[in-house]
Amino acid sequence: MFDFLSDYDNPTLLGAFGMTVKLTVISGLGSLIWGTLLAAMRVSPVPLMRGFGTAYVNIVRNIPLTVIIIFTSLGLADVFGVTMGATDFKVQGFRLAILGLVAYTAAFVCEAIRSGINTVPLGQAEAARAIGLTFSQTLRLIILPQAFRAVIGPLANVLIALTKNTTVAAAIGVAEAAYLMKKMIENEAQVLLIGAVFAFGFVVLTLPTGLVLGWLSKRLAVKR
Amino acid sequence: MKLRKVSAAAAAALVLSITATACGGGDGDNEGGSGSGGGDKIKIGIKYDQPGLGLKEPDGTFSGFDVDVATYVAKELGYDADQIEFVETKTPDRENALKRGDVKFIAATYSITDERKKSVDFAGPYLLAHQDLLVKADSDITEATDLNGKNLCSVVGSTSAQNVQDDFAPKANLQERSGYSECISSLQSGAVDALTTDDSILAGFASQEQYKGQFKLAGLKLSNENYGIGVQKGDTETLNKINAALEKMVSSKAWDKAVKDNFGPAKYKNEPAPKIGVIVQ
Repeated sequence: MFDFLSDYDNPTLLGAFGMTVKLTVISGLGSLIWGTLLAAMRVSPVPLMRGFGTAYVNIVRNIPLTVIIIFTSLGLADVFGVTMGATDFKVQGFRLAILGLVAYTAAFVCEAIRSGINTVPLGQAEAARAIGLTFSQTLRLIILPQAFRAVIGPLANVLIALTKNTTVAAAIGVAEAAYLMKKMIENEAQVLLIGAVFAFGFVVLTLPTGLVLGWLSKRLAVKR
Repeated sequence: MKLRKVSAAAAAALVLSITATACGGGDGDNEGGSGSGGGDKIKIGIKYDQPGLGLKEPDGTFSGFDVDVATYVAKELGYDADQIEFVETKTPDRENALKRGDVKFIAATYSITDERKKSVDFAGPYLLAHQDLLVKADSDITEATDLNGKNLCSVVGSTSAQNVQDDFAPKANLQERSGYSECISSLQSGAVDALTTDDSILAGFASQEQYKGQFKLAGLKLSNENYGIGVQKGDTETLNKINAALEKMVSSKAWDKAVKDNFGPAKYKNEPAPKIGVIVQ
């Protein structure tokens, strides 16, 4: 009944989920960095940066991810010639997918972190300024460490959503789980079974993420 | 308190509108099922997005070779054109639509394969298509091996994409998109050198008004795709009737006319009408 699962070698089932993990990890790290920078901009004292951060978040998070990913391929690559230094379409698709996923997910990471910043009492920032710390020092040493510990739970949600969102990359030919699923459905005429296998694969990937990060968020939360 | 009232009203409105639309859909279905005086309707599965084969036009009418074949077969089964209801059956939906009895039969670029024969029965074949390449009118690609090192576009998961990767030109730089129309625009802009899928589908795209004269088929026979009409597993009665209808369509030359009408402008060299039950491997 499940013998068809081993019939595919380009990619294999494990390879396809490996690609899903790769997309998740790289764009997860990327969006954590870009999202933190965006959050810093949104709370910074410089109006121009605040304006940019607000505009970015409100525009990007309201565009469907499918539109963003397809735009990277049809718009950026085809029309503007942005190939991300890749010479063949496989690598190009992968890098463009990362670009799209980071751009999109960072907006949500930014808002999660900003909500964490709001949990840090205002007095701490004032105290930091009173002892002569600059804005970036205050953010780096006082605010963000506490903010991150408060938002591990919400960030876990963003990460789980990101894991599932990587399936959109199949639309531009990245050989991840949804890509292999389309391939199998084309050949096998067993839609329900194939769907169940891939749904199970995603549960296996995301359930531990939720459990581990949920446990961490309880351990590390700052008790106030 | 006031806020609660407002949200309760909003929720009630939402529920009402959902049930109202659900009822609307149900009513429509009933009308479709019972018909109005002129006997029962027949539901036929086609594709909505393949010009030349099965296309839903902006004005709601349907065109294409699959549609013409389906209409002819339905007529032989005793249904007039206005008793036909075309239902969209996308590639992953086809087997289930037949299994559940949503449609009587499916004519939707449905290649007869052993895997599919396990869950549905096929009448026909009614057209022998081959995997081919669509290139710009001035292109010098004439062989599959010319593709090595070139940029090639196909659709994610399609058998054509798999064939190229595995067999013909493993060194081709394969760009996979979510639909053929996206590939066509890349071909037009020069981002890819060729587009591959069944020649009938390619001919349909190239025959569209906006692309006339820009592209040509390379004329390669990279695979044999025997298009069949899918019917529910075990429905031998319908199967035999459809086979008889297809034979009549070929002998009465209606088949040739349908091919010419739908694929003509792309200089598509069609195979002669296949014999019923003969699968070209």
